[in-house]
Amino acid sequence: MSDLVFDAVSVRYGGRRGLTAVDRVGLTVPSGQVVGLVGESGSGKSTLARAAVGLSPISAGRVLLGGVDVRELPRRPPLQMVFQDPYSSLDPRMSIGESITEAIPRGVLPGRAARRDEVARLLELVNLDPDRASHLPGQLSGGQRQRVALARALAGRPEVLIADEITSALDVSVQGAVLNLVRSVQRRLGLSMLFISHNLAVIRYLSDIVAVMYLGRIVEVGPAEQVLSDPQHPYTRDLLAAAPSATGSLLDVGDASETADVEPADPHHPPAGCRYHTRCPVGPLVRTGRELCLQADPSDDTAHRRHSAACHFSDNESRRLTISRGASAS
Amino acid sequence: MAKWFAALRTPVGGFAAALLTLVLALAVFAPILWHDNAFAIDTDAIAQGPSAAHWLGTDDLGRDILFRVLVATRLSVLLAVLATVIGVVTGLVLGTLPSLLPRPAARLVTSAVNIAVAFPGLLLVLFFSVIFGVGTHGAVFAVGFALAPAFARLAQTLSASVAGQDFVSAARISGVGRMRLLIRHILPNIGEPLVVNATIGAGACLLAFSGLSFLGIGVQAPDYDWGRLLGEGLNGIYVNPAAALAPGVAVVLAGLAFNLVGETVAGVIGVRTGLRKLSPRPVTPAREDAADARDDAVLVVENLQVAFPRPAGWTVPVRGVSFTVRAGEAIGVVGESGSGKSLTGLAVSRLVEAPAVVTADKLEFAGKPVLTTPERELRGLLGTSLAMVFQDPMTSFNPTRRIGRQLAEVAEQHQGLPRAKAFERAVDRLRAVRIPAAERRARQYPHEFSGGMRQRAMIGMGLMGDPKLIIADEPTTALDVTVQRQLLRLLARTRAERDTAIILISHDIAVVSQTCERMLVMYAGRVVEDLPSAATPRHPYTRALMAATLDLETDREASLAVIPGRPPEPDRVPNGCAFADRCPAATDRCRLEDPALERVEPEHRVACWYPAALSRPAKETVTAGGAE
Repeated sequence: MSDLVFDAVSVRYGGRRGLTAVDRVGLTVPSGQVVGLVGESGSGKSTLARAAVGLSPISAGRVLLGGVDVRELPRRPPLQMVFQDPYSSLDPRMSIGESITEAIPRGVLPGRAARRDEVARLLELVNLDPDRASHLPGQLSGGQRQRVALARALAGRPEVLIADEITSALDVSVQGAVLNLVRSVQRRLGLSMLFISHNLAVIRYLSDIVAVMYLGRIVEVGPAEQVLSDPQHPYTRDLLAAAPSATGSLLDVGDASETADVEPADPHHPPAGCRYHTRCPVGPLVRTGRELCLQADPSDDTAHRRHSAACHFSDNESRRLTISRGASAS
Repeated sequence: MAKWFAALRTPVGGFAAALLTLVLALAVFAPILWHDNAFAIDTDAIAQGPSAAHWLGTDDLGRDILFRVLVATRLSVLLAVLATVIGVVTGLVLGTLPSLLPRPAARLVTSAVNIAVAFPGLLLVLFFSVIFGVGTHGAVFAVGFALAPAFARLAQTLSASVAGQDFVSAARISGVGRMRLLIRHILPNIGEPLVVNATIGAGACLLAFSGLSFLGIGVQAPDYDWGRLLGEGLNGIYVNPAAALAPGVAVVLAGLAFNLVGETVAGVIGVRTGLRKLSPRPVTPAREDAADARDDAVLVVENLQVAFPRPAGWTVPVRGVSFTVRAGEAIGVVGESGSGKSLTGLAVSRLVEAPAVVTADKLEFAGKPVLTTPERELRGLLGTSLAMVFQDPMTSFNPTRRIGRQLAEVAEQHQGLPRAKAFERAVDRLRAVRIPAAERRARQYPHEFSGGMRQRAMIGMGLMGDPKLIIADEPTTALDVTVQRQLLRLLARTRAERDTAIILISHDIAVVSQTCERMLVMYAGRVVEDLPSAATPRHPYTRALMAATLDLETDREASLAVIPGRPPEPDRVPNGCAFADRCPAATDRCRLEDPALERVEPEHRVACWYPAALSRPAKETVTAGGAE
């Protein structure tokens, strides 16, 4: 019922020489599931999230919540967001109790006492001492503030929660606590969630479905395990290879040295054809006979490919990988 | 509150407060006490100079000028304050309307304010006073409205910057209306600068009002304010100079009172409260065995301390760090925010500015003592042999100059190359850091470079000389994983080709352990463990940090490991081990005595009373879930 559906959403800033930050993106956040959205900065993932809550202008397409366009929903839609920077997302002059109270829909809890109880309940839900309701944000650490931000989002009784890079401003030792909390709250309340991060390890830990974004487009989407273990798009493979891990070294130069130092494309002038072709290790720069990538946009017809990968050659490449892996195993 | 009392004790603050009290007291009491004296007509003494009976003389009707000046305080100050209130309120309304109105209307208001700001204030005053008519009321409105545009602009700019913050977005998402948004979120956060400016504005109003009255289009007889008195006195300035000077002095003093109060308020609200002179900080003696001095050491650091003066005393974010970097070695410095890792890097390259104080038993770069060598002599050495790469690639280049020229400058300065040669070398270096189309890129400005390319160019700038050491302070934090990998590879290649040592400062222990052969783990201003990246960590903090790091092999079903609690504030570091409060193995000894960094193996130093045994696995869960 509370599926969040992005239906060919575009977000465009500026006039004729403007920037299309999000370009015809389709994505579904099924009820009760966590969709992880990963991509580099400037790929449009935050803009997409902000479009859903009305902070970015939707220039084409629609965002549907339970089948209704979010722009036609009442003023307090069942859709909430937690922001990246816990230092700017709380009003420094309002006690955290007041900040949370403000987000409680009007008319739901008449009476001061009822609202105070609700704030206490929410603070407890995010593992904070309810006595802290009178504290100002300045008295809290970054991790604690992020819990308050979460409590405030939950005060709006959302069905869908959008989390935009909520751990990237936090230290490693605090990140774990916030992620544990987000997961337990999501499961307990059965929330649908769009979880945005540039950190693949975080996305992998939390998500049921993973979507990969590049230059304003979704290039691959599918069940988390499958996308991460059997990526179809070369960009997803590149992201996986570049993620720091306990095993392997970041310094191993693979066979992709021709494209390793290429600069990311300019979002103001996205490349024609496949947007990834300027960096693609299996694209026209490296392989001959792949001129198709220069002309045809692989995003146009993705339904028949695995993980809806926006790659003309995803089938060939993943098969080749499987074969070579099989060969090395035997 | 204490801040306000402290401000009152400063000379400016005290003087401002005394002056303002005097002006306000006069405004309240002078008319009550001396109203009759000011109107008493002494026909025996018309237009006289100062005398025993009339200290400042009398005017054309024989009225005492001193009393008249004193009594005029009320009207002058009242009118100035009224005009200020009108100006501030009008300005506030005009300035905040754009955030309430729909787009087209908001734009209209903004443009109107912009046009009004373009006119000089005095012109507006005269314009309005003609419109509103000559007289007290007209003048109040004229001065008030003339003040409004500047205020509107200020309020607009301030509220626009607050409106862009996430907490306003968050409130909007939860359905908070525009009016409430303005009253609860925006106004309180822009209040302080507005109050300061209003106080200073009151001084300006006083002056403007006196000007109008002086010209005869302000206060009309029989009422009088300082401006009018000044105008009347000026007619007889050769007979009785005091009659003109007295109201003039009054205007200056009252204006000064308002302005100084504004300054003081700004000082208290801002960060400009003067620092007490602190006694020099006693340097704590070294507590750990000196890092092994070797012949091939590029950098030797012993007992490095960085201290900042704070009103309460010295705060020491770096509390005695010792390590050695050998030629061609890659060292990672890991720690959470506030651990002192960046400050250590800055102190080593002599980039920590006063009032911070850097001390060290020994701080040698390439055999030269960094702290004692004169700046002039050191500049050449640091300029060619030490390279820094900072976290934020957006701010590390001068945005108004081309990249190539900025690189070439290094060669011109330190190697004395002619301009063309230096530029050639810059292009060559850009090529060396694998910037595509280096020739063309060298002629571009920093904003035309992406973040990753800028960091490359920064390394390229370091390579203009012949660096023995590159200090990279979180060079990849602002970048994406794919670009991060490119950059780390570039650093590794540079190191391999030129035998350059690298200090990589990072919060990401995974990145460091994959790129450096040795890591220093910092906590609360000290190195708690110095170990080869491949070794099993033995300090509980390092182990906890590793356990808390997520990677692509983390068990998705298990809860993540966390470190409970938070690091101590740099001004409240406990006497014992700084990690004791968060450590699962801490005992009373840990809380009382701070362990020194001691060698447990040839290449491994640990500052812990109970270092973990070697046999235990590297990954362990400290606590699952739980609060910080």
